[in-house]
Amino acid sequence: MSTVVVPEPGGLVETRTVVQSAISWKAPITYGVLGLLSLLCFGLFTPGGHVSTFVVSTAADAVQISPVVLPSRLTAVLLSLVVLAAAGYSAWAAARRRHVGAWVPVVVGVCVVLGFLVWASAGKERPITFTTLLVSGLVLSLPLVFGSMAGLLCERSGIINIAIEGQLLAGAFLAAVAATVAGNPYVGLVAAPLAGVLVAALLAWFSITYRVNQIIVGVVLNVLVIGLTSFLFSAVLSQDIAGLNSPGRLPTLAVPFLSEIPVIGPVLFRQNILVYLMIATVVVLQVMVFRSRWGLRMRSVGEHPKAADTVGIDVNRTRWRNTLLGGAVAGLGGAAFTIAAGLSFQKEMTGGKGYIALAAMILGRWSPKGALAAALLFGFADTLRVGLSLVNTGVPSQFLAMLPYLATIFAVAGLVGRVRPPAAEGVPYPK
Amino acid sequence: MTAAQQTPQAPPADSAPAVREPVLRQILSSSGTLVALSVVVALVVAAVLIALADPDAQAALGYLFARPGDFFAASWDAVYGAYSSLFRGAVFDPQAATFQRAIRPLTETLTAATPLIFAGLGLAVAFRSGLFNIGAQGQVVLGATFAAFAGFTFDLPPVVHMVVAVAFGVVAGALWAGIAGVLKARTGANEVIVTIMLNSIAGFLMAYLLTTAAFKRPGSNPISPILDADAMFPRLLGSGFRLHLGFVLALLAAWGVWWLMERSADGYRFRAVGLNPDAARTAGIRISSVYVKVMLVAGALAGMGGVSQVLGTEGVLQDGVAGSIGFDAITVALLGRSTPAGTVGAALLFGALRAGSPLMQTVSGTPIDIVLVVQAIIVLLIAAPPLVRAIFRLPAPSNAREVVS
Repeated sequence: MSTVVVPEPGGLVETRTVVQSAISWKAPITYGVLGLLSLLCFGLFTPGGHVSTFVVSTAADAVQISPVVLPSRLTAVLLSLVVLAAAGYSAWAAARRRHVGAWVPVVVGVCVVLGFLVWASAGKERPITFTTLLVSGLVLSLPLVFGSMAGLLCERSGIINIAIEGQLLAGAFLAAVAATVAGNPYVGLVAAPLAGVLVAALLAWFSITYRVNQIIVGVVLNVLVIGLTSFLFSAVLSQDIAGLNSPGRLPTLAVPFLSEIPVIGPVLFRQNILVYLMIATVVVLQVMVFRSRWGLRMRSVGEHPKAADTVGIDVNRTRWRNTLLGGAVAGLGGAAFTIAAGLSFQKEMTGGKGYIALAAMILGRWSPKGALAAALLFGFADTLRVGLSLVNTGVPSQFLAMLPYLATIFAVAGLVGRVRPPAAEGVPYPK
Repeated sequence: MTAAQQTPQAPPADSAPAVREPVLRQILSSSGTLVALSVVVALVVAAVLIALADPDAQAALGYLFARPGDFFAASWDAVYGAYSSLFRGAVFDPQAATFQRAIRPLTETLTAATPLIFAGLGLAVAFRSGLFNIGAQGQVVLGATFAAFAGFTFDLPPVVHMVVAVAFGVVAGALWAGIAGVLKARTGANEVIVTIMLNSIAGFLMAYLLTTAAFKRPGSNPISPILDADAMFPRLLGSGFRLHLGFVLALLAAWGVWWLMERSADGYRFRAVGLNPDAARTAGIRISSVYVKVMLVAGALAGMGGVSQVLGTEGVLQDGVAGSIGFDAITVALLGRSTPAGTVGAALLFGALRAGSPLMQTVSGTPIDIVLVVQAIIVLLIAAPPLVRAIFRLPAPSNAREVVS
């Protein structure tokens, strides 16, 4: 709170008290701590004289780039300094109550991860295959991105979707079975959203029609889907694996020319159709949620259903539609587990990814691009865990496995803090 | 108004049917009937699944219209085989040689229900205080890990050793849940996310600890040394039964939770915050300290679930020792409508399904996972009373509360 003396045009001096919100120092402190940790652990603990090797090119690239060799300690120190600079900038902006863009956390995240990679590969025989890491990170984040978009569609219209996990699992199941029976993975791609819609229909039926607590319905639906798919897997699929549970893999569709660009090509343009669908979904949602009539109606139903009703929007119909659409998107994400990877369905193969997707959505503050960033973060963290267990770092693999979860807690508590979900989320609208 | 009209004990003779009808109505619309009917519907749905998945029934389905009897006979065999073996595994086995063997399934049900009661109570306390704690699994894992650590590391006299092991587990569970409570109170971090993340972290932490010298027994497998016999819960019915002291402690804990929530000042605050945090804050209740306290209590109870698992039945710490107790406990607490008595009842039901399902799988070949389907359908139906009433065409209660949690 500060008292500002404002000279009025008429010569009168009026004392006006301006109430301002308290300055939040959370973000600068978080970045600062990360920068110092990175400087200490990755910079100063790296023995001098070691080099880190990054392989950037893949065999199919048009231009071959030779592996990048970096002096480990110097690079890590420089990266840490960048993080500290970002912390300083963010502190400067906070003191002036300026809003910093989303690029600051992204820069911090990328620098810390790169510093970690440099430290992990210092002096190791085995180079870090950088592009491959990016590709597999993107593939691992597929179900997370689809899942978080599904959660976003539901929650923006006021329905809490804890059942993402179940929708992913149902999608994975039906995709595998349909693709195997039809002998064509693209059939699985059509079937997966249907499975997600079925689960979403149950969610909508219980939470909209019967007004059951939405978190309860979601949790229970997850149990139901796990039980159903595991039961059918044991009782039916395992009797005839070749005829029911051997789906083909979605073929890789390389975009001509673009796919031959180093780094970007293999990551973005040499993927299967599901990855392209993911990118399209995020872009379309980012535009539609905030720029279209449909998006405005969805958000109004999630924020203030009574006002929406007053201007003639059918609240519950809007919620039904968006919940079903969300289910379809999550079901599509489930296809990533089976047909996109060319794997057969296994019991509980989603392994809690639906919950991580939910966390990604909240971390991304209910916006498609934010959720995308958070989901990619989780996907890459997962890849690092797998990739680094090959490069022996001396860090127990369990701690690497914890990293994304720790990062989430850190982010939820430190950066995001009191996030504001859609106001009418979880509140049934009786009419 | 006359005195006669005010006295309900002496209704006029001609209005007797009118009095009796509401009684019937009350029974039909009571929550007990609701639970029973939900269980029936769940078992029927599961029966349909079992029948459709049965190879004989599938074969008979091919000529259903030519000889429908074959299909129904095969279905009946499959369903009867599954449910009778479930009953034999969970309640009473009439085919057993001795009486002791025959009632052993019932004690197995009580044993399986014990950790579910503890963890379910922990979740019930949190749910009623408005905290959606998904983290029982992590708290169970931590409770089991530290109780086991105290159990195989220290060398203490008989009773003391057990008490110390219990204390280790309870404190570990409470502190683990306390992290979520403190973060919620201090920074407003969403407890659903934090507890989900803590579940995963707890799993990895236990996996890591089982590779360290302090926890791992010599050898290549990640498994701890066997716990000291002094630290283990005594068996209640002799060595022939696995039922242990933990069950009695669980019932005591249920009473304790009832007392805490209904009779103590803290419980009053917990419930007030759960019903309306803004009103509670206005009334002068410190919400942040309530959040921390609730999570400590919830974590201690869930930690006890892990303790009873290691000290009661397992006797050793290894991966999977906590099973899915923490997740099953969510459905237990929901089914029990977050009341202590309801939670105990729900835990007994789920304990029976848990105890009976292995026999069902071996005898009738019905996969154990059908139990999850039954559990989920029961909870879904109980949460939606109008649906159950619509299925059975029951009358609606005049003024019943239909809100879950």
